[in-house]
This record gives sequence, structure tokens and C-alpha cells, in this order.
Amino acid sequence: MSILVDKNTRLITQGITGREGTFHTEQAMKYGTHVVGGVTPGKGGQTVLGKTPVFNTVQDAVTKTKANATMIFVPPPFAADAILEAADAGIALIICITEGIPVSDMVDVYKYLQGTESRLVGPNCPGVISPGKAKIGIMPAHIHKKGNVGIISRSGTLTYEAVGQLTALGIGQSTCVGIGGDPIIGTQFIDVLKLFQKDRGTKAICMIGEIGGSAEDEAAYYIKKHVTKPVVGFIAGQTAPPGRRMGHAGAIISGGQGTAEGKMKIMKRCGIKVVKSPADLGKTIQKAL
Amino acid sequence: MKIHEYQAKEILRKYNVAVPNGVLISNKSEAVQAAKKIGTDVVVVKAQIHAGGRGKGGGVKLAKSPQEAEKYAGDILGMTLVTPQTGTEGRLVKKVLIEEGMSIARELYMGILVDRETSQVLIMASEAGGMEIEKVAEATPEKIIKETVDPVIGVQPYLARKIAFALNIKGAALKAVIPFIINLYDAFVKEDCSMLEINPLVITSDERVLALDAKVDIDDNAMYRHKDTQELRDLDEEDPLEVEASKFHLNYIKLDGNIGCMVNGAGLAMATMDIIKLSGGEPANFLDVGGGADEETIENGFRIILSDPAVKGIFINIFGGILRCDILARGVVAATKKLKIKVPIVVRMEGTNMEEGHQILKDSGLNFAIGDGMKDGAKKVVKAIK
Repeated sequence: MSILVDKNTRLITQGITGREGTFHTEQAMKYGTHVVGGVTPGKGGQTVLGKTPVFNTVQDAVTKTKANATMIFVPPPFAADAILEAADAGIALIICITEGIPVSDMVDVYKYLQGTESRLVGPNCPGVISPGKAKIGIMPAHIHKKGNVGIISRSGTLTYEAVGQLTALGIGQSTCVGIGGDPIIGTQFIDVLKLFQKDRGTKAICMIGEIGGSAEDEAAYYIKKHVTKPVVGFIAGQTAPPGRRMGHAGAIISGGQGTAEGKMKIMKRCGIKVVKSPADLGKTIQKAL
Repeated sequence: MKIHEYQAKEILRKYNVAVPNGVLISNKSEAVQAAKKIGTDVVVVKAQIHAGGRGKGGGVKLAKSPQEAEKYAGDILGMTLVTPQTGTEGRLVKKVLIEEGMSIARELYMGILVDRETSQVLIMASEAGGMEIEKVAEATPEKIIKETVDPVIGVQPYLARKIAFALNIKGAALKAVIPFIINLYDAFVKEDCSMLEINPLVITSDERVLALDAKVDIDDNAMYRHKDTQELRDLDEEDPLEVEASKFHLNYIKLDGNIGCMVNGAGLAMATMDIIKLSGGEPANFLDVGGGADEETIENGFRIILSDPAVKGIFINIFGGILRCDILARGVVAATKKLKIKVPIVVRMEGTNMEEGHQILKDSGLNFAIGDGMKDGAKKVVKAIK
């Protein structure tokens, strides 16, 4: 089993005719993801990558193809609009890869999504892959292996690092979810933890966080209460200088919760196996299994 | 992007948020005229640097005459101001703001920011103004008022009243503070601020409400729609290497150690710094070359890392996804030859086209050490510089 993405996924790409959009749509197809079309306003009626139809609007794509997932490669000034369009058309899973969306755009998007059935993953994320089934995103497919470890991460390449270590040990993954590195993201650690806890195909969970905010702390408290599967965690930025990436005022809200040290302490207290070195992720998960 | 106090106040003025009258000068000879133009008995002379805590370092003075203003402006202009936020090296003061003095009845705090917990805009206020809000938050969190703003309706009068009453504001000041809060939020949203802090927000003895200080941080991602704001950037306030790196869209932050790092992805870049430290070394920088790095990016990355004279060795840690290892290896070889790099370089590559990448490094005739995994790479670079 897996979460979010599988053989029932019917994917469209918003921004399919752009360089990145075309390239990663092709990669997703090659991996076996069921790609049903794409959207580029003004290019409706064309086809790309063989017979993949391009539509002017997401609504057209949904009506004609029954798409239930979208992958967004639209440039930052137009990305918030693309998310809203997807939600308005009733797409259940919206994965936004775009990096650099203004935070005030995301404030509005976040509020709007509360009143819809859509789930947003990202923005500024590598996407979601269920090895052997489907991938939506920019992760290198070949490092993954089908298996039973669920991965949740705020970082892209650091997720690949964890996956690489696991695959080298012969351990596969059920689903890997990159939730994104922006201050406002659609899907949080807790949302994914809930899904992994329910998923019968996931036997252990690897959670990769970083400095800033308090999402990892909240996730740790959630794990203590609701997650019975073993969780291994890592926080990047133990050596990061304070005040550089966190805004001055942001640090007030979290009140000392934004540091790697603080997060690791809370995670440990909540029963998560916290590794200090990112090189120990694979081995520790192996033990936990 | 951080901006100066005087720039922040100019923005606030545009939104009808009351700020004191002020004149910016960069030469002490302009001080007398500035003080006379302002016309109050007392004027305040304020150093304009990006760091806070200026008063503690002697960067803010009360002058009781235009002549005194000139003297203080002379003292402050050109001084290296050290505050709790500048570090020991301090900042050179190039401009001072001369402002009207006023009789202050109360000092309050007001800040607006994007709250990560709720993913919405949050207004924070406190009666304990003029102090560091972090200390207030730590010692007496109950004294901080927090109100989340619904982006659909923005700050309506009721919300502004709620905050005003919680701050115990009364009389004429109550009437003035309602539009003050509404307009402040308006400025925050329309100017794409990621943080806007008024500390202190003052109520004068004649019941005026003013932003006595203003600190504004603008969302870099939104800069494309604020061409005029872009011009407010003061490169003198930033680390020269970081400025250079930003020209090439490299995300570089200078640190205090001696092992330069070049990594793709912010998370892996932080984790690389962590593993260097765990292996007994000290990272000299954070550098994320991103997913689309090419030969030129890598060369610029090397140049910036090596401009830091403390760097004794370099650790390249790449997990190839979109960025292919063979392209990276070619870039590393070319840049090493071109820049005649003498310090030891340890390369750890994994992911897309890893074998080709390793072959390119081997065939180059240059003396790269290869890291087998990030732990091994970190160990090798720490050993190489000892």
C-alpha cells in the first residue's frame, strides 16, 4: 500500500508546455504514472509528448479526462493562481513544485483551500512518489525501491539522501512525501503522519525536518499520542547561526522552538528515534524495523 | 530584504500611518538646518543601520538645540556602531535621521507577521513597548496580545478596537489608533512585508499615536512586483560575499569555520554543515547551488567560497536529481583548473550519472579525494586540513 499517489492517480501538469513541465511530465510517464493531460492557457487543443492533450483551463481537463491530481510547474508570479484554479476545478490532490511564491499569495491560497476538498502538497517541494506505482514531482526515480518505509520531509535533496541510504540497505519505501520548505505549505507533517499511521503498507516512518517554525514539535506531540509505528527523525541545521533564516518576529512566536536543538529534544521526549548525523538515517530505520 | 528605519517610515507615511517629522542627513553640516526645519525644542538624532539595539550602542541621542544636534550627528556619522545585534565588528553609520522630539505618555509594541502556526497574518501587540519583545514573550507571554487576520476581510474596525481596548488605550488616542492599525495592516499586505514592527508605538501626552520606530522586512519572493522597493536595498549593510553570491542566484551564507561547502538543496546543505561539525570540523559557509547548476554556477560558487581567506579545504556534497553528476564533475574540473585551486577538495556524489561523474574526476589528473557517502566525505575533508 501507499498514500496519496498510486495506480488510481490520473495526473495533469499545469505548465505542461514549459521546459520543466514537459521534462518532468515525461519522467512521470516513464515511471508509470497515469498522465491524462496538461494545462497551458492559450495552448488548448495541442498535444505534447505523443498524444497527451493540452487544455486551456483545469476545468476543461477535469471534464474531459477525469483528472484527480495535478502537478504545478507554473512560474512564481502565476503559481498561486494555478493552485486556486485547480482547487476550483475540484482536483483532489494539488502538488505545487514551484519555488519562490510570495508568502502573501500563499496566505490567501491557504485560506481559500480551507473551504474546499482539495489537498495541497508544497509549494517549493520535490513532490510525492509511491515507488513502483507512480510519481508526481522532480525526484530521481531510480534511487527509490518499493517497500514499507514512509518518508516525510521539508527538504528535497535531503529526502533523496535518506532514500539513497535505505535503498542501499535493501529497504524500500511505501511513499515519500516532500512537504516543502516554505513558511506556508498546504500539507503539514501531522497530515502525512495520519495517513502513514492508517496505511497498512507502511511499517516505519522517517521524518526529516529543519530549523524554523514549530511544525516538528507539533508533529512530535501528535506522534506520542496517535502514532504506534516506529518513527526516526532528523533535524537539519544544528549548526545554523541563529537569526539568519528565521525572521526576527517569527522567532517570538515559536519562543525558542525554532532551533534544531529544541526540536530534537521534544522529538526525543515524544519517543522518536532522533539521529544527530544525517548519515545514520538508513541504519537507524533498519534497526527500528 | 531589510530596509532602514527612514525608508520604512516613508512607506508608512504613504499609507497614512503617523510617524514623527524627520529629515535624513549624511553630513553633520546639514544637522542645524534639519533641526531648525523640524522646529521642536528637542530633536532626536538616530543612526541608520539595519541592526536593532542602536540606543544601547550610543546610536540614538536627544539634542536640546540645533547645535547639539550637529554635535551628535558628527559623533554618530562615521562611527562604527556596535549593538547587541551587529556582532562585535559593528556597522559603519553613513546616515542619521533627525526627528522631532515629543512628550511620550506611553510606549507600546505592535508587530505584524506571517504566523507559521496558523499560516495566516498575525498582529501582535503589547503594553510593554520599547523593550525587546522576545524578552517580554519569554518572561510574560500573557502580556502579548495576538490577533489572527482573515485575509478575505482584512483588519476591520472591530478587530482594531479589540486590540486597542486590550492595550488600554482611551480617549482621543483610541480614535487615532483604530485607523493606525488598519492602515498598518494595509501597508503590510500591499508592500508584501514579511515582518513589520513598531517598537515603540507611542501615545504622546497630547494623545497623538505615532510609530516612533519602524522595522520592515520585505518578502524577497515578492520583489518582482515592487520595483520601487528594490531600490531601497542597501548593499553596504550586507556581507559583500553574500551580495556577490546573490548576483549569480547562489544562496550563500558566510560562517566562521574553515571548511567551504558546496551542496545542492538547502536541507542537504544544512545537513552537510552539521556532519562537518560532527566530524570535528567547522563549516565556513552555507552554499546551495540549486537544482539547475551548470559549469558557470560551480565556478562562481568556488570563487565565492575561496574569497573567504579562512577556507582551508572544500567539501562538495551533491545528490544528483535534476542536477546530473557528470555535469557537476565537468564543472568542478574546469573550475579547479581555471581558478588554480590549491586547497584540498573532497567530492561526494550520488544519484543521477554518478559513475560518469567519478570517471571524469579520475581522468582529470587533478587530485580530488572521493567521499563514499557524506560521513566519509566529511571525515576526509576534516582530515585533509589538519
